[in-house]
Amino acid sequence: MRIAILALQGAFVEHQQMLSKLGIDSFLVRNLNDWSQPKDALIIPGGESTAMTRIIKDEELYEPVRAAILAGLPVFGTCAGLIMLDGDHLNTMDIKVKRNAYGRQLGSFETTDTFEGIGEVPMTFIRAPYIESVGEKAKILSVVDNHIVAARQDKQLVCAFHPELTEDTRIHQYFISMIG
Amino acid sequence: MEERVQLNRQLAQMLKGGVIMDVTTPEQARIAEAAGACAVMALERIPADIRAAGGVSRMSDPKMIRGIQEAVTIPVMAKCRIGHFAEAQILEAIEIDYIDESEVLSPADDVYHIDKRKFKVPFVCGAKDLGEALRRINEGATMIRTKGEPGTGDIIQAVRHMRMMQSEIRRLTSLGEDELYEAAKQLRVPYELVQFVHDNGKLPVVNFAAGGVATPADAALMMQLGAEGVFVGSGIFKSGNPEKRAQAIVKAVTNYQNPKILAELSEDLGEAMVGINESEIQLLMAERGK
Repeated sequence: MRIAILALQGAFVEHQQMLSKLGIDSFLVRNLNDWSQPKDALIIPGGESTAMTRIIKDEELYEPVRAAILAGLPVFGTCAGLIMLDGDHLNTMDIKVKRNAYGRQLGSFETTDTFEGIGEVPMTFIRAPYIESVGEKAKILSVVDNHIVAARQDKQLVCAFHPELTEDTRIHQYFISMIG
Repeated sequence: MEERVQLNRQLAQMLKGGVIMDVTTPEQARIAEAAGACAVMALERIPADIRAAGGVSRMSDPKMIRGIQEAVTIPVMAKCRIGHFAEAQILEAIEIDYIDESEVLSPADDVYHIDKRKFKVPFVCGAKDLGEALRRINEGATMIRTKGEPGTGDIIQAVRHMRMMQSEIRRLTSLGEDELYEAAKQLRVPYELVQFVHDNGKLPVVNFAAGGVATPADAALMMQLGAEGVFVGSGIFKSGNPEKRAQAIVKAVTNYQNPKILAELSEDLGEAMVGINESEIQLLMAERGK
């Protein structure tokens, strides 16, 4: 199994380290040439969604990435990666997202809460978004303080927090089990 | 480690692979954000103008900073003077995302830096070498950048500082365990920080390049030398076509290892900032705060 990690900007190395801990091969995607390699899934990391949006379009990756996800390529987005999949960006997932939902950096926090199918997991929110609402096809996986912070729609998985910043590998394992 | 320190280091991790741009107006902030900046530094005058104007340079007007906070959704940083903890308190009060305790402004204290552990808001600090970097981290900085020589458009000092840091890190990793105590003494930092660098071959926080970056090639150079992202100060809004240059530098940081893409990015950028050579300047800002 080989997983592509979108490496336009942000914390992509952290995902790579997580996958390597799990013994999964991965590669970084910065341009179309990188993207052309065979892959079983895609991870879109945390970072700044405005920066990623700009670069994904300039590098002409927007259409091919969107087409691949719509065709069933499993994808996992964390924080900015979640935003990238919503209706205003790649528009592959039926979710409505509120950006910077907890305010500025002083609003960033850590907590532990329930993730469906896994149990209690540590969660790190950095200038995080949350999901305001999900469409019929999407399933809510975690709710923290009445806000949706994780969801799944077919082979698309999103978290408003950063599992890649913790020692806990279970959410990455959950994603890997989705790839099948 | 305290939760706040951890969260502040992690915000810096999210900025990696990105470009942080100096902006002086909401309009420039919007241009920077649209070009793909991962954060902006709000200040009244960019370093080249600070250098030209002379006199005492201070924290920007909070109202001006708030205008920029309202204009963009990306993180907004602002500078305070070295050692000026009251300016830092003011910046924290307006919920700035990151404070740059910066040698670009006139230092307020020639002995002490700010005790950054007293703040909830994160700090980035400049460093010329490993000792400076670790001393700032010990004081609570959660992100480091090279000092470079701000406002010159001359990359030589940023290169010197990044090379120095990387070479000192490599040297530390090669030391025996029993040699680390002496290294800590020489660097004037706690043993634990030295041990971290020895074990991991990197700083415990994100390390960006700053000071003198003016072209996509400058940005790629710094990334190849080990920077995890780039600050661009005067280089963008002192150039002929800020919008295009900003976009090109953003893309150069993503594709810093790809000369073909860098060649395309470097085309038709218009006039670069004129710049000043290191040997032509009177005031070395990098010598402030060690």
